[in-house]
Amino acid sequence: MPTLRFHRVHVYAMLFVVTGAWLVVGISPRFPPDETTVLAFGVGRTAPKMALPVGRTLLAVGAYYVAAGLLGLAGRRFARLATGTMILGGLLIFPTVLVAAAAGKQTNVLTMLNESLRLGTPIALGAIAGIWCERSGVINIAIEGMMLAGACFGFTTFFFLGERLPTNQALFISVLVAVVTGGLMALLHGVLSITFRTDQIVSGTVINILAIGVTSFVRREYLLSTRAGRVTLPSIEIPFLSELPVVGSVLFNNKPIFYSMFILVALTHVILFYTRWGLRTRAVGEHPRAADTVGIDVIRVRYMNVFISGLIAGLGGAWFSLETVGGFDDLMTNGKGFIALAAMIFGKWTPLGGLGGAMLFGFSEALGTRFQILGIPLPSQFLQIVPYVVTMIVLAGLVGRAIPPAAIGQPYEKQS
Amino acid sequence: MAWLHPGAAAQIQVTGDDAVNAQEPPALEVRGITKRFPGVLANDHIDLTLRRGEIHALLGENGAGKTTLMNIIYGLYRPDEGEIYVHGRRAEIHSPNDAIRLGIGMVHQHFMLVPTLTVTENIILGHEVTRGVLLDHRRARARIQKLSRQYGLLVDPDAYVQDISVGHQQRVEIIKALYRQAEILILDEPTAVLTPQEAEDLFAVMRSLASQGKSIIFITHKLKEVLAVADRISVLRAGRLVGTTTPAEADEASLAAMMVGREVVLSVAKAPAHPGEEVLRVENLRVLDDRGLPAVNGISLSVRAGEIVGIAGVQGNGQTELVEALTGLRRPETGRILVTGQDVTGKPPRLITETGTAHVPEDRQRNGMVAAYTVADNLVLNTYYKPPFARGLVRDEHQVAAFARRLVKAFDIRTPDIYAQAHTLSGGNQQKMIVAREFSRPISLLIASQPTRGIDVGAIEFIHQQIVGLRDQGVAVLLVSAELDEIMALSDRIAVMYRGELIAEMPAAEATREQLGLLMAGVRHEEEFVHKMGTTVPVEAEDG
Repeated sequence: MPTLRFHRVHVYAMLFVVTGAWLVVGISPRFPPDETTVLAFGVGRTAPKMALPVGRTLLAVGAYYVAAGLLGLAGRRFARLATGTMILGGLLIFPTVLVAAAAGKQTNVLTMLNESLRLGTPIALGAIAGIWCERSGVINIAIEGMMLAGACFGFTTFFFLGERLPTNQALFISVLVAVVTGGLMALLHGVLSITFRTDQIVSGTVINILAIGVTSFVRREYLLSTRAGRVTLPSIEIPFLSELPVVGSVLFNNKPIFYSMFILVALTHVILFYTRWGLRTRAVGEHPRAADTVGIDVIRVRYMNVFISGLIAGLGGAWFSLETVGGFDDLMTNGKGFIALAAMIFGKWTPLGGLGGAMLFGFSEALGTRFQILGIPLPSQFLQIVPYVVTMIVLAGLVGRAIPPAAIGQPYEKQS
Repeated sequence: MAWLHPGAAAQIQVTGDDAVNAQEPPALEVRGITKRFPGVLANDHIDLTLRRGEIHALLGENGAGKTTLMNIIYGLYRPDEGEIYVHGRRAEIHSPNDAIRLGIGMVHQHFMLVPTLTVTENIILGHEVTRGVLLDHRRARARIQKLSRQYGLLVDPDAYVQDISVGHQQRVEIIKALYRQAEILILDEPTAVLTPQEAEDLFAVMRSLASQGKSIIFITHKLKEVLAVADRISVLRAGRLVGTTTPAEADEASLAAMMVGREVVLSVAKAPAHPGEEVLRVENLRVLDDRGLPAVNGISLSVRAGEIVGIAGVQGNGQTELVEALTGLRRPETGRILVTGQDVTGKPPRLITETGTAHVPEDRQRNGMVAAYTVADNLVLNTYYKPPFARGLVRDEHQVAAFARRLVKAFDIRTPDIYAQAHTLSGGNQQKMIVAREFSRPISLLIASQPTRGIDVGAIEFIHQQIVGLRDQGVAVLLVSAELDEIMALSDRIAVMYRGELIAEMPAAEATREQLGLLMAGVRHEEEFVHKMGTTVPVEAEDG
């Protein structure tokens, strides 16, 4: 007799069936048949609009959930198809909730998208930083600390240079300082974990705690005296491309770190998979001894990658203080460095996957803010939980098991 | 030369003469290489000459210093004393890079391949072909295919290393060395993971390489292979070069004597078996592996008291999962396991241990012992909770210590102290410790998996005698081994495992190496029959 075994996918599938049935039977009849949500694609009268009947939309999504869940329960033959369907269903929850929340009102979809991309930027940068480091076999849970230090010292630089130099010049130098600060923090991580072979988690924790202490000291000591007028990096409109309908305003009228993030994602992808350095990095992260026996300097490769990781994390820090807020607050990175690690794992240590993960978290954060604007009768604290709940659901296994680089966390010791 | 066995002395010529006799400078020569590790003299003034185009076997027990010497030549270790000459010129080798530049390539015992990269990526790693800043896979692939044709080394450049067979991986390793224009190849225990037929293929490749001018150092502890393929043989013992000889002048017994330093009984002396009652009965057992795929596919077998049943087969054909199921470490999907009539299917390991089953696991360091525990603690690892070692909740240290001292003596476990940590022991002594623990309690069934893997000839001899001794006391023994010689030396009946099935079973007296080798590769013939559970069933031929 074959034993019946419950796999994680079955649990998820049942969750889908139950949620779907609840949407169909419990939620969708509550909306009057003529109630609609208007989705606007842009601002102003001329912007294209789409009116969705709320009840029927929920009915359709609910039916899709039930179908996806049943497919997941149908057996191994449909496993791949079912997983895909369920992941799509998981993503569908966001627009669905938006439509339900905005029932009877109008909401701007483009603003939503723009916000998601913007809020996803530091997460994507953190994920890219994590990939550089971890692909070479060094765990980096210190991205949060590197970002925080970058944000703090970047802004401190602007605080002192802003009056003496032209604003844009001062901002540019400040961003560079943020980047270098991240790199220096990373070198500390490198010295501790590569040279002295400290446990990489411990070393990362040390850096996170160090960053919290140093940055709040710097703020209290130097940044409280005057207000620097909240200057941020200027928006750059890319000629022609920003004129494009829909995508133009979303993608091509933005700030420099936002653009750099996309360039870094593409660059990281090419370097990691199509160049000599990338091949060596992957080999060192998977099987450092094999790399050593063909004459690759494992220690050097790891140091370089950890350093680059820090530079990128520092740029992510500059996003908070110099591109977005124009100031520095204690703990202003607010756990984004850790969410970035989740995005990296979600993307299975690939740059494009990491970007996708970052955008998912960015979207859920944007949605949290949007709920507040729409005046959902829930305490805002609950809505701000959304991105973290999504993090947990995603990591609990909706995407399947992500396999980290094999040699991750293991200090390399050359035999002598 | 007082350390030599008297019989071996006549067959030994001193290496120094070789350089004089040779016309051209030798491909590689080491002089007076010495390497000290804390407390060990791993290499003691070793002189060795490798002629151009020769296959030079380096023979020695584990810990004799073979691998240390090769790591010095390959630049992974620095010697404390001594000189290396490559093609007659003095060479300073500080890193694998230096060795590669001098044309030295090494195929390590544990392959140095990255599983998640493709064959091509693994081969070019460290010596990448690029066009601009990007890798040029097309040119790399063309060069690999050229080497592949030239030396008869079949590889698939686009396959991922994690998906290809062990033999295939080994060919990739050899091409990796040739790709770096190696003239001198060091093969470290290359046949340990191969079937006899795959080993034959490897020997053909080695001969082809040698005939095209490559010089090969072939490290092994298998005497038959040395005699079959080597031009010259050098033997290391305890860090010293015992001597150099040729296959024509040596035989297995003399080589074994050189390795161990005394006469070794290679064939195990054993009287005919007197099988008694059935002790282990396995019915239609199915077991899944870690990935949830079937690893054991409907196996039935029976082992009686006083006989040794050997299961031959290339590693990875389900032996590991079979043994894990029999010892309670893995839950079978279907089937029944009976030990002395008691159903132990899916029962916890402790209960199975208590029914009188002893287990010598294949991965001794992971499953056989606790490396950080003392020898004494390891010796009572499955009896510590019972009297006399436990008195209620308290352990009786005196009893444990007395027991440990007795076993250390009886099983000749070389340890400074019974309180030394197990990981400080050599592999052979760790295995003796496990064997001592398992054999020194009343048992009716012994399941021994790779009991002599990676241990020296002296310890192998000892463990083999112990296993035969147990059999003669009426213990049923199930022996799982990838070493065909071991299976043939010990077993009374032999079964061959292939892809999760026992595809043949026969009395040991009727088995031949060739036939078993073919069966291990999955080849069955019409004229061969399978004896299963006493009945004779013809088996259909399998094509390809």
